[in-house]
Amino acid sequence: MPSHRLLYKLTFIFLVVLSVNVSAAVGAKLMHMEVDLSNQESLQRGARTFVNYCLSCHAAAYMRYNRMGQDLGISEDVLKANFMFGTDKVGETMTIAMTKSDSLSFFGVSPPDLSVIARARGADWLYSYFKTFYVDKSRPFGVNNLTFKDVGMPHVLWELQGAQQLSLIESEGAVHHSPTYDDLEIITPGIQSEEKYDQTIRDLVNFMVYLGEPIKLKRGKIGFWVLVYLFVFMIIAYMLKKEYWRDIH
Amino acid sequence: MANIEKNIINGLTDLRDWVDDRFPLMQNWNEHLAKYYAPKNFNIWYYFGAFAILVFAIQILTGIWLTMNYKPSAEDAFASVEYIMRDVSWGWLIRYMHSTGASAFFIVIYLHMFRALLYGSYKKPRELLWLSGMGLYLVLMGEAFFGYLLPWGQMSYWGAQVIISLFGALPIIGDELSLWIRGDFVVSDVTLNRFFSLHVIAFPLLIFGLIGAHILALHEVGSNNPDGIDIKKNKNSEGIPVDGIPFHPYYTVKDIFGATVFLFFFFGVVFFMPEMNGYFLEHANFIPADPLKTPEHIAPVWYFTPFYAILRAVPDQLGGVIAMGLATNIFLLLPWLDRSPVRSSRYRGWNFRCALTLFIVSFLVLGWLGMQPVTPLFTWMARFFSLVYFAFFLLMPFYTAIDNDKPVPHRVRN
Repeated sequence: MPSHRLLYKLTFIFLVVLSVNVSAAVGAKLMHMEVDLSNQESLQRGARTFVNYCLSCHAAAYMRYNRMGQDLGISEDVLKANFMFGTDKVGETMTIAMTKSDSLSFFGVSPPDLSVIARARGADWLYSYFKTFYVDKSRPFGVNNLTFKDVGMPHVLWELQGAQQLSLIESEGAVHHSPTYDDLEIITPGIQSEEKYDQTIRDLVNFMVYLGEPIKLKRGKIGFWVLVYLFVFMIIAYMLKKEYWRDIH
Repeated sequence: MANIEKNIINGLTDLRDWVDDRFPLMQNWNEHLAKYYAPKNFNIWYYFGAFAILVFAIQILTGIWLTMNYKPSAEDAFASVEYIMRDVSWGWLIRYMHSTGASAFFIVIYLHMFRALLYGSYKKPRELLWLSGMGLYLVLMGEAFFGYLLPWGQMSYWGAQVIISLFGALPIIGDELSLWIRGDFVVSDVTLNRFFSLHVIAFPLLIFGLIGAHILALHEVGSNNPDGIDIKKNKNSEGIPVDGIPFHPYYTVKDIFGATVFLFFFFGVVFFMPEMNGYFLEHANFIPADPLKTPEHIAPVWYFTPFYAILRAVPDQLGGVIAMGLATNIFLLLPWLDRSPVRSSRYRGWNFRCALTLFIVSFLVLGWLGMQPVTPLFTWMARFFSLVYFAFFLLMPFYTAIDNDKPVPHRVRN
């Protein structure tokens, strides 16, 4: 059937073009950061940034406040005073008041739930994303992003980071090669220094990795003892096998 | 003390005899374990059948507990998986065991099949053993495919969408058939519900039955071994094969040891790398299914990628579907394609050894290609290795008939 064949070819062309596009949009390699879930203070600071800046448009509807409190060593009182701003109870999940239809009219897209976003995107992608917003007058919120081209989200952390520009656009009016992360420069400083902002983002991504999989804090520790048990059992099982097989030649 | 012990033993013996008068307990025990004589020279390749049963047990047990908390609806499925991961006690462990188990099942089955190729375990009189095993493999593919839709992530959704639409390529019945499978014009809540039903009831029952048939067939003809020698041809005065040993206790204790080694690696993955870098749990599957947003790169899970590469290698869609169907089913013909009387590759000639090596290489390369985006170079590579893949089977009657096989000894080597 020729129509099928055409459709099939088109799909392939589409996939090839898309994959090329995606690699171009990302530019070079993503910036890398070491995730450190053992640093509880970093996780607490990240949680703070998260509830202050993300958790009004984005929900984390699979995460319970008190689970976060228990895991990150935050008491319920501190949790209520500093991490919760609505009428939620500590046993509830991190939902938001903004409705889908509202957010659609505000942003053109509904901000995704962030519970497992770190597992979908990866820590490096998030780290790069938060650091590569730049001023772009053609966009509705005046900013674009080098990691996520034409993203619908405003740079909510701009007061911390300040404003960045893509040096190529300003100097030559047009972009001649695909821009890289090196082409970004701060034009208006924010409240935080570059180092301080970097640390804020590392804390935030650390927290989001935790948010994606809360048990990650413990499963390695449990796994260690499981493997120790199996190793000991393996030796005993081997000795038992040897004993039984002594008479087989 | 001695008296109590004696009484307990007598009591248990009486109970056993009571049961035995009403149920063939000892008969089955002896037939399948205590007096089932297996060759004494099994090597490491002979662990994988037992591992497959172990993984099946893990999948059934973890599956039962997952089903207690999972909700098969388009609205709730994704959230219920995260509920299992966060709010259900030890739910994360059960879920990771199940997801790791799916990949482990295929690893173990592929190695089990490779063993059969290596030592000619499919040859007369083991044709039905081989066919029941292939049946298991095909049903397992279905089981994995249905199960993969259940988390209702983007890859679940679009993977199912792509694979079901392949049936649409069949002439005349194609469109109706894919509609019948989905129960809707696109993958939807209806599809999710029926896949859930097939995944937790129909296909596990099929697998259970086929495992029974597989083991019955095995115990009828007896196990092959790395030398490919028929141990039943060499019996002592009591009718016991001289190179055979009772499965229980010898192979039960050996398999217990093997199982702990297997579990060591299995739980290593479960606890330390459950996503296996996106191979066991794909990153895009952590985004909820969105019928309006096609992901950039749709790739099936690793265990289907060799066949996916073959599908993409053929320029015509119907041709691709047929090639993929042939590639998965052609194993069924192996017992009749192989003309050499020698089973084990230890005593087979270089024709078969080289062909088998090339086949394994092409299977692995195709598996890798199936995960990559399409480029002209990769497409030509996939075409080349698809040819090698099919040549292994289709040319087999010729190269095995004129192979320089070596003489096979009468007794197994240790």
